[in-house]
Parts: sequence; structure tokens; C-alpha cells
Amino acid sequence: MQNITAILKKEFRSYFNSPIAYIFITFFLGISSWLFFQSFFLANQAEMRGFFGLMPWIFLFFIPAVTMKLWAEEKKIGTIEILMTLPIRDYEVVIGKFLACLALLAVTILLTLVVPFSVMYLGNPDVGTLITGYIGLLLMGAAYIAIGFFASTLTENQIVAFIIGIVVCLTLLLIGEDIVLFKTPNWLYPIFSYLGLGAHYSSILRGVLDSRDIIYYLSVIAFFLYLSTLAVESRKWR
Amino acid sequence: MIEVRELTKSYGPTVAVNQVSFEAHAGEVVGFIGPNGAGKTTTMRILTCYLTADAGSATVAGYDVLENAIDVRKNVGYLPESAPLYVDMGILEYLNFMTEVRNIPKNQRKDRVKSVIDICGLDGVIQKDIGELSKGYRQRVGLAQSLIHDPPILILDEPTSGLDPSQTIEIRNLIKEIGKEKLVLFSTHILPEVAATCSRILMINRGEIVANGTLEELISQVRVENKFHIAIRGEAEAITAKLHELQGIAEHTHVKTDNGVVGYDITATQENDTIAETLFQTVVQNGWSLVELRQESADLEQVFLHFTANSGREISSMTAPSRPEPRSTKAATDTVAPSEEE
Repeated sequence: MQNITAILKKEFRSYFNSPIAYIFITFFLGISSWLFFQSFFLANQAEMRGFFGLMPWIFLFFIPAVTMKLWAEEKKIGTIEILMTLPIRDYEVVIGKFLACLALLAVTILLTLVVPFSVMYLGNPDVGTLITGYIGLLLMGAAYIAIGFFASTLTENQIVAFIIGIVVCLTLLLIGEDIVLFKTPNWLYPIFSYLGLGAHYSSILRGVLDSRDIIYYLSVIAFFLYLSTLAVESRKWR
Repeated sequence: MIEVRELTKSYGPTVAVNQVSFEAHAGEVVGFIGPNGAGKTTTMRILTCYLTADAGSATVAGYDVLENAIDVRKNVGYLPESAPLYVDMGILEYLNFMTEVRNIPKNQRKDRVKSVIDICGLDGVIQKDIGELSKGYRQRVGLAQSLIHDPPILILDEPTSGLDPSQTIEIRNLIKEIGKEKLVLFSTHILPEVAATCSRILMINRGEIVANGTLEELISQVRVENKFHIAIRGEAEAITAKLHELQGIAEHTHVKTDNGVVGYDITATQENDTIAETLFQTVVQNGWSLVELRQESADLEQVFLHFTANSGREISSMTAPSRPEPRSTKAATDTVAPSEEE
């Protein structure tokens, strides 16, 4: 546990030592609120559905951008050799790094609270769905992070990690969207609609925190973190 | 403290480390020397549990590298090649991170950081980010990192590469100092470095240990034929004629004449131990004057070439599988049927 905390602290600090965290937060807030408020006043309704609806697509580009360096950079500079010869288990490093990235996302999401507060000032949105919406946002974001994280373990090139991350996230996102499901053969339909990254998020957005949706995101996270650990360990026998 | 038994590791078809065995104990500075790509780094990576060997076993500080990897790592300080460090961190920040992740008790952390800063001479730059440091200082931070938990075993991969001469000497002295109590295993491909620093030399070539011993032992293993160099002031022709008559000289070559001084390289016959005296007396009897007389000894470079050349032959004979006898490669080119060869 102490090891995980040490890694978490170091990684989180390193986001803020470099411009990454500042750029990420600024652009994320800027783009998401701009896109949201653009249509908000036209719709003239005090609700956040538009804001939450944007998130799967904004995450698609923003999250692989913050996960790409986590392993690729270590491999490129060679620091992984010191890191992986410390008396820490591989999975502890994986979890520590994952949590650091999740913490950055949590901070960013916390800062977007300006948006619901403005909406509340202008009207009377349903606070219940706002809260579940934010929980769903964090869960879905964590799943995106796990995927981007895994992509970063596969290569020492950050750009490659970024692109793999986007492609995997996009695939998982699209197979759950109506536009794909509409053409999907019947036997694949339940699988696709279950695996879709965004589908569970939309059901959370309706205001119902179903355990099935939570379990789905937790298992996506666990699955990709497990794959990441394997990928990190694979250095040993390759 | 380190015991390696028949360690083997290959990357695909390339055998990086082949049946390497050696032992090393506390109080030794072991120089791991070999050409680039000889398998030094791979061996070190296996010992630090970064990689897993295909076959063989290794124990470090009494722990098996496969079964007790965490305990091994607790007892080892490791500096990988070219000291890879987090460039966006400050030196203090980095060392503090290392104390945390090495589980050094909170009340000792400050002291440990301070002591490695002193040992590695980082005082002047302590406020800087690692990214701003020169190569030499990065190497020192890397060393500081490997010493932070005061490990009984230190494994350093080319710790002096890329340093200027004075920095190199500093690091060598540091290694010697540390090696008085601990076990230091360090790799290099610079020959004088091992002579200057090591109490024992492990020579590795193409993944195999080709020599293991102190510098003196290795040098004595290399048979230097009785070679002398002599420089005499006198008439070249007369000297050459006289040398020709002398008993116990197998070969003499006239190497140079300089201002009336004639130089010869002389090979004595193996039985003759008194050749130096004979030479001296000859010079005196003929009224010449002796400018120089010295016996050539094998230096480390010759030792190195000797051992690496040997193993090269062994390797080439190994290329014919299951036929270790030296003839087999020749047999293959001569297209002799295998049955005839046996």
C-alpha cells in the first residue's frame, strides 16, 4: 500500500511538474464548456444532458493524451529499468500509476462543477441526475484511462500509444452506439450493446445507478489493468 | 553474496548469456569486462530481477532471483547503463521519492538523503532539476539513487561511460571506497578501468565467461614468451653479429637505430632464465654502453585479446550443434560424412 501511494504521489506530481496537467485541464474545461454553452442558450432548458452527452467524445481524445506517457516515456528514457528493479511488485506500479491518472481526471472533473453551478443559477436542474451523472462520468473516465494505460504499456512511442488508445476506445464506444447496433446481426446485438463503453454511461445518466453498469465499468478497468500488468511483466521473457 | 550457476538467456535466436557461472563476495570490487554486446548488461539485468533467465539459477544476498525477487531488490542498488532518470524532477525530489519507494523509515530519510548527497558530491547542484544536469552529474545522481538504502550489493552498469577524466577518477575512487565493505559488481569496456579499480576481473565474451581472477592471475595465465627489449650504444653490425652468436636467444630483431643507439627485440629460448644477465655481460665485455634493458610483460590488453580470441574459437566450434570438438567446423566445410568423423 505504501508503495502504491509513493508511486501515485510521484506520478501525480510529475503531471504538474510538466505542462501536461495545466494544458489538459485548461483545454478540457474550455472545450467542454464552450461546446455545451453553445447550444445551451438555444435550447433554453436548465439541464445538463447536453454536457454529459459530449463527454464520451471529449474523453476519446483527451484521456489517451494523458495516459500515453505513463509507460511509453519510461521505456523510451530507460527509467523503467530503475523503477522495475525497486522492491515493488509490478502490479503495485500499475495501480499507482493508474490512480495518479485517475486523480488528475478527478481534479479536472471537479473543476467542471462550475458548469452545473451556473446552470443551477439560471434554472432548476434535477440535482439527483446531476450527482449520478458525475459518478457515471468518473466511472467511464476511469475505463478510458485503463484502456489508454494499456496502450501505453505496448510501445515506447507516445504517439503510437496515443493512437492505439484512441482506436481501442473508439471501437468500444461505437459498438454500443445505435448507429452500429442498427446494422448489427441479431446474435451479436446483446454482446455489442453490453460491451459498448457509452451505453452504460447513458443509462446512468437517466438517473438510475444500476449495479450492472457499475460492475461493467469496474470489470473493464480490472481487465485492462490486468493486461497492462502482463504487458509490463512480459519484458522478462521476451 | 552473488552466486550464479549456468545462467543462460537468449533473445530469439541470439544467445546473449551462455552458461555463465561465477561467485562474488562482500569486500570485493568485481569488474565485469567485455566488448559491447558481450552479455554484461543482460547478466546484470537478470541479477537485479529485471529480466528472467531461460535456464540456470542465481542467488543474490542469499535470495533466489526468481522466487524472492523483492528481497533481492531490497539488497541491491542498481545503476543501469547511462543513468536513466526522471528529467522533470528535482534532485531532492527524486531522492526523496527513492527513500519512500525503498521503504526507508521516515525518521531516517533525511539522513540517508544527506549522506548520499555528501558521498556523491551533489551539494553544489542540489537545487537543480535533473534535466538541467550535465552527464557527469546525472551519473552521480544515479549512483546516489543506488546507494540510498545502503545496500550490501551494488551493481553498476558502465558507471563511468561518458564522463570526463577527472569525473572518471572520482567515480573510480568512490567505487573502491564503497567496495571495502560491500560487494560492487560493475561493468565496463574500458580496460585500464578494471586495472585501476577491481580486486577481481570477470571477462565475458559472446555471452560466456572466458576468464575469472585477479589481474595478476590473469596476466600470469597468458604465456608471454621471454621477451626483452634492449637498447645499446655501439656499432649496429657488431652488435647484431654478437647477438647472433649468443646462446639462449631464439630470435632477435633490430627495431631501430637512433643517434647511435641500437634497439633490439629479443625472444629468449624458454629454458634460459639468465638471459638478462648474459646480455648485460656481453655489453660490458664489448665495451658498449647499455641504454635500456627491460622484460616485456603481458598487459591487460594482451590478456583480453588472448581470452577473447580463445573463446571465439570455442564459439565457432559450437556452431555445429552437439559437436563440441574443434574439428567439427572444418569437417563441415570438407563435407565429411558425420559417421566418418566419429
